[in-house]
Amino acid sequence: MQINIQSDGLPIYQQIANQIRYRIAARNLKPGDEVPSIRSLAESLRVNPNTVARAYRELETEGMLEKRRTKGTYVAKQDHQQSIRQRAQQLEPHLDTLIMYAVQLGLSLDHVTEQLRERIEVLEKRRTKNKEDLA
Amino acid sequence: MTVSSDDKLAVEVTDLKRSFRGKLALNGIDLKIPRGTIQGLVGLNGAGKTTLIRHLIGSLKAEKGQVKVLGQNPAQDPESVLKQVGYMTEEDSLPKWMRVGELIDFCRAIYPTWDDSYAKELAEMFSLSRQTKLKGLSKGQRARAGLLVAIAHRPLLLVLDEPSSGLDPIARSDILEAVIRTISDDGRTVLFSSHLLDEVDRVCDHISLLHDGKILATLRPEDRDDQMQELTYQAALSWQPPIDTDRCFGWRRSGLEWSVVLVQRDDTSTPIFPEATLIERGPVSLQRWFEARVSRKSSISVHESVANGAS
Repeated sequence: MQINIQSDGLPIYQQIANQIRYRIAARNLKPGDEVPSIRSLAESLRVNPNTVARAYRELETEGMLEKRRTKGTYVAKQDHQQSIRQRAQQLEPHLDTLIMYAVQLGLSLDHVTEQLRERIEVLEKRRTKNKEDLA
Repeated sequence: MTVSSDDKLAVEVTDLKRSFRGKLALNGIDLKIPRGTIQGLVGLNGAGKTTLIRHLIGSLKAEKGQVKVLGQNPAQDPESVLKQVGYMTEEDSLPKWMRVGELIDFCRAIYPTWDDSYAKELAEMFSLSRQTKLKGLSKGQRARAGLLVAIAHRPLLLVLDEPSSGLDPIARSDILEAVIRTISDDGRTVLFSSHLLDEVDRVCDHISLLHDGKILATLRPEDRDDQMQELTYQAALSWQPPIDTDRCFGWRRSGLEWSVVLVQRDDTSTPIFPEATLIERGPVSLQRWFEARVSRKSSISVHESVANGAS
């Protein structure tokens, strides 16, 4: 996994957790996929193994990852993951940031909603195109 | 092995004092490094980091206080302690007239636990050829040679004194990888002294700040993430910040904005700065904490000397 760690801002364990969450959401990591061991990810990122362990723990609590008895950590099946409400809660800080920028730019709520819808369409098209290109 | 397995500390320093020509270099150091952890050591130039480290590797004897490394006194029995310790320093102290192969053979003879296959693996990873003279290597490659001989005997304690200063990013990254690998091997311990705060922050379990020969504070990076916050306020021009306390310290001004480090983010017992508007809460970087903590100490000693002068 090519995870990027930046030295300013977010705690490192959150940066790791966010990037894994993103991969799961984008289906680059699918349910049942194995994620790297704590040790090997720590070595390749040059971070303390406890930091990686903390990121994994957080993702396990959210139900995104699961430890299996036969060693290894895997992406959990969807139904083991959190409820929609719990997941929506995680979106809140990002929505706050979005709203803050919108207010600063003087954009109305309707405008932002419309832009969000347009943006989803663009990304959706891009994704289908990528799939066709790969096929 | 002479070390009892129930000894949970790799390093135990108690009230260590040392002076050079009447000037106190270490003024009562207490430091415990649990086995299997990475301990960071940060501090300004001249804070005493290298002096402390030289006590750990037995090249200085404690004037006062106690030093225990892997359960033994390194000044009393340097040989048996140093066999289990790997040491790398910023100074380009390798014998430059040697070839890489000669350096490796020399160290191999010193350390009973030398691991030939690991040494070979490292030499390949670092593209070090046995034939090359150390003199002919770049600074980065010489540092890698120094790293190789510091870790190829799989030491129980790896001591790095400013290993990365002046090195290119890839050489620094190799050193960090070696640090992580060392503790991934069960129970091994690393002491990492550096000015590169980002690196210290990334790899260490505990970070101690050494200042004026004393350890001002020890913290875990995650405690900083979880508990501390930097608060930014907007104030009137005439405003004077309150005196630093244990709870919040390191006031810093930029125009009309003031920021401060708050140690307990959930502590809302008394408002810190009621006259002004809080405009931002953010994480505290190691650099910010370091600066705040060091300036706090000196501001207190300034107050003290003022009081003494008045009396």
